[in-house]
Amino acid sequence: MSGPWEAVIGLEIHVQLATRTKMFCGCDLSFGDPPNTHTCPVCLAHPGALPVVNREAIRLGILAGLALGCSVPPACEFHRKNYFYPDNPKAYQISQYDAPLCVGGRVAVLLPDGRDLEVGITRAHLEEDAAKLVHLGAGGRRAGAEASGVDFNRGGTPLLEIVTEPDLRSAADAGAFLRQLRQTLRALGVSDVNMEEGSLRADANVSVRQAGERALGTKTELKNMNSFRFLERGIDAELARQTALLEAGGRVVQETLHFDPDAGEIHSLRSKEEAHDYRYFPEPDLVPLAPDQAWVEELRASLPELPVARRGRWYELGLTYEDAEVLSETAELGEYFEQVAELAEPKAAANWIRGELRAQLREAGQEPWESRVTPARLAELIGLREDGTLSEPGAKEVLAEVVRTGASPAAVVEQRGLGQISDDGELTALVERLLADNPDQAEQLRGGKDKLVGYFVGQAMKATGGRADPARVGQLVREKAAG
Amino acid sequence: MSALHELTAEQGVAALHAGEASAAEMVDAALARVEDDRWGSFLAVDAEGARGRAREIDALAERPPLAGVPIAIKDALSTRDVTTTAGSRILEGFRPVYTATCVERLERAGAVVIGKTNMDEFAMGSSTENSAYQLTRNPWDEGRVPGGSSGGSAAAVAAYQAPWALGSDTGGSIRQPAALCGIVGMKPTYGAVSRSGLIAFASSLDQVGPFARTVRDAALLLSHIVGRDELDSTSLDWPEPIAVPEATDLEGVRVGVVDELMGDGVEPGVRAAVDAALARIEGLGGSVERVSLATTEHGVATYYLIAPAECSSNLARFDGIRYGPRFDEARDLLEHYEVTRGEGFGPEVKRRVMLGTFALASGYYDAYYLRAQKVRTLIRRDFDAAFERVDVLVSPTSPTTAFRIGERVQDPLAMYLSDVCTIPSSLAGLPSLSIPCGLSDGLPVGLQLAGPAFSENRLLSVAHALEAAIGFDPRPPGVL
Repeated sequence: MSGPWEAVIGLEIHVQLATRTKMFCGCDLSFGDPPNTHTCPVCLAHPGALPVVNREAIRLGILAGLALGCSVPPACEFHRKNYFYPDNPKAYQISQYDAPLCVGGRVAVLLPDGRDLEVGITRAHLEEDAAKLVHLGAGGRRAGAEASGVDFNRGGTPLLEIVTEPDLRSAADAGAFLRQLRQTLRALGVSDVNMEEGSLRADANVSVRQAGERALGTKTELKNMNSFRFLERGIDAELARQTALLEAGGRVVQETLHFDPDAGEIHSLRSKEEAHDYRYFPEPDLVPLAPDQAWVEELRASLPELPVARRGRWYELGLTYEDAEVLSETAELGEYFEQVAELAEPKAAANWIRGELRAQLREAGQEPWESRVTPARLAELIGLREDGTLSEPGAKEVLAEVVRTGASPAAVVEQRGLGQISDDGELTALVERLLADNPDQAEQLRGGKDKLVGYFVGQAMKATGGRADPARVGQLVREKAAG
Repeated sequence: MSALHELTAEQGVAALHAGEASAAEMVDAALARVEDDRWGSFLAVDAEGARGRAREIDALAERPPLAGVPIAIKDALSTRDVTTTAGSRILEGFRPVYTATCVERLERAGAVVIGKTNMDEFAMGSSTENSAYQLTRNPWDEGRVPGGSSGGSAAAVAAYQAPWALGSDTGGSIRQPAALCGIVGMKPTYGAVSRSGLIAFASSLDQVGPFARTVRDAALLLSHIVGRDELDSTSLDWPEPIAVPEATDLEGVRVGVVDELMGDGVEPGVRAAVDAALARIEGLGGSVERVSLATTEHGVATYYLIAPAECSSNLARFDGIRYGPRFDEARDLLEHYEVTRGEGFGPEVKRRVMLGTFALASGYYDAYYLRAQKVRTLIRRDFDAAFERVDVLVSPTSPTTAFRIGERVQDPLAMYLSDVCTIPSSLAGLPSLSIPCGLSDGLPVGLQLAGPAFSENRLLSVAHALEAAIGFDPRPPGVL
């Protein structure tokens, strides 16, 4: 076969829900506590211990599902997924199978190039996380380890597994989708969504087909990529591998793969022949869930403005994709921007926050929303810059003072005499003086060398300590030269 | 007053409240019977703990409701710090960190746990011969089995080692040994008693229930353990308190005899005792009619798909990693699982784990497990229809009296058929109990009574009135 090739990608995302306790018992969730300090008969699978569903996990799962455009069926059910492994103490994981919590969603992903990408959400279901294996010796790897320990603190953490339709067509699409998903889940407060700490984990189902072909190619499953960069690199590497294989006349084999980011290589974990038969059956220790539909509607009404809607609004305010990406990094930053944009020109607000404000605060190790630069102060500063009171360098200087003291920018301008000189009388005198002091350049300017306008503006700024209004100075220089 | 160990629980409670005996004396009397355990009823005896608890109760200003009456607990129930093995080598020496809800409720009510009783490994069996540890002998004939799987609890009560005991019933494991040992045993409605702390065999069928020598004792015991438990999502809010029955007649009670369970497989002596009981029902003013439950003929087949399927998953946690003995220095993980589970489980458990694994396997699930669940629904509907015509269904509890030790060990199918009468109501989740209704060749015969869900009070009333009319003497020859 030969190209051109089309990539077909679907994602399975595991999100640790930000509940206080585990999915099926009362143990606290923890990250980084000493091993096996958050355990009980239920999450250690002692004989006779039974699971009890965490209501808060259901609430968070439904919130997330609604935000992804899913519906919440009137009844759902838990199943047992049976397999032996030491991180799975019951030897079955309680998960959901053919009756999940949320089904049939759709989200619009805003891509960097301005395109919208529609991604179907097959389902979102609840399950429990496995315990953590700790391999001793061999650099923490399983192969060659002297011994392996099991830390059950993580075992039983509530997970929401979100499965997309195979609607993604490139690694970049997948990255954009996942970024937006992370922002959405963060805005909802349903998860910490930290890829490094494993509270957000993604697997990718990857296949390629000849462009125009409708049937799907054989897929492989790329497991557990723990950063956005690895996700995109892993998918690209796998697409390249499959394409090369097909072009050489080979066949893609259905298997589970691991991407090694250090080597940039793909390794096989197991093939379809070795695949587990999980022997799913309905969990007899739990009764089916019947989420009250009035409650579901209450949850729907309580949804905050979602990042995708907010982005649409921001674009209308003149912000770019990059602006929106940066301002969506945390809920607090987005909120900070919103407050500034209420009081000042929004695009200017975005520029100031992304640029000078963050640069200055970085040195102080502060975030905007916790700094002395309140949204009102920043808006005031932007106003002073926009109405010409402050020059660019002047505004930066005032900002530095506000960062330090929290003073009102207008007061700083007043106190330091930093106001921009836009008085025409004063500027005209200055321009006349500069033309006289630099006869050669003045001559050339009059001769039509327009570039020298900049030279005189520079001189004017230098002479006034940056306070001259450069635009007005430029105009005056031209007027005088034309004479 | 009779010797303390001969008292029923009800009599014991009265004697303790009246100050005629102390809990310490009551517990000592039971422990003396347990020390000479020629029936092999007990796997673990907690003499020290029981005596300590009895002293605590005696020191209380006000006696709790059960006042210090001793009780025996099937080893399938988790008891904190008291060895709990479920009759399996794979839990040898295992000391739980928590106590089952039903046991905790009894202890709070003032019952004193004296020990843990023998059982078929993980409750799989009908003779208690599948225990990894010991045989239990029937107090009516020591050459015969006590039934199973709760054979230890049944034998302990029949042998007057304790006035009452807890068992668990998945397909007949309380009712069948009660029948074979000449005592009362009840499996309540599914969900009546919390399963938290009951070591699971088949989760959708398992229920804890009482053994006693009188129906009133069984009712008293049940009254303390029913009701919703936050730790068991399948437990139910109980609609009304369980009352200790007073009924003396059966006026207006419509009794149905299940045709399909009175067929050729029923021993003549069993049939005769059951027929005599039916005559007594009519004598007490009840009406008797024949009822057909056509689907019950599929009961055993259905049960032997559902129960093994669930057990194959429930027993997968026993891997020797977090608790339980290790039998190996395995070279790798797979070998560790193989050796631990290969050594730790007995043959019947392995047989059912394999059956169940197969029934759930991809490609077979629809034909076996799913089909069995559908038949289960049909069986439930059959019962629903029958209960539109009658209040109580009766049948033999077991088609035979107690069989000889070793007689059915080599014939699993014959052993499975021992539960043919008890399995249908288990599959339907309905309450059902066994009372002794006479002897056949000197061996007790059990009569099974089943009712609609939540009909425990009526079932106990009917059983109580009938028990009085039958006048069965629960003392096995030579036991006291």
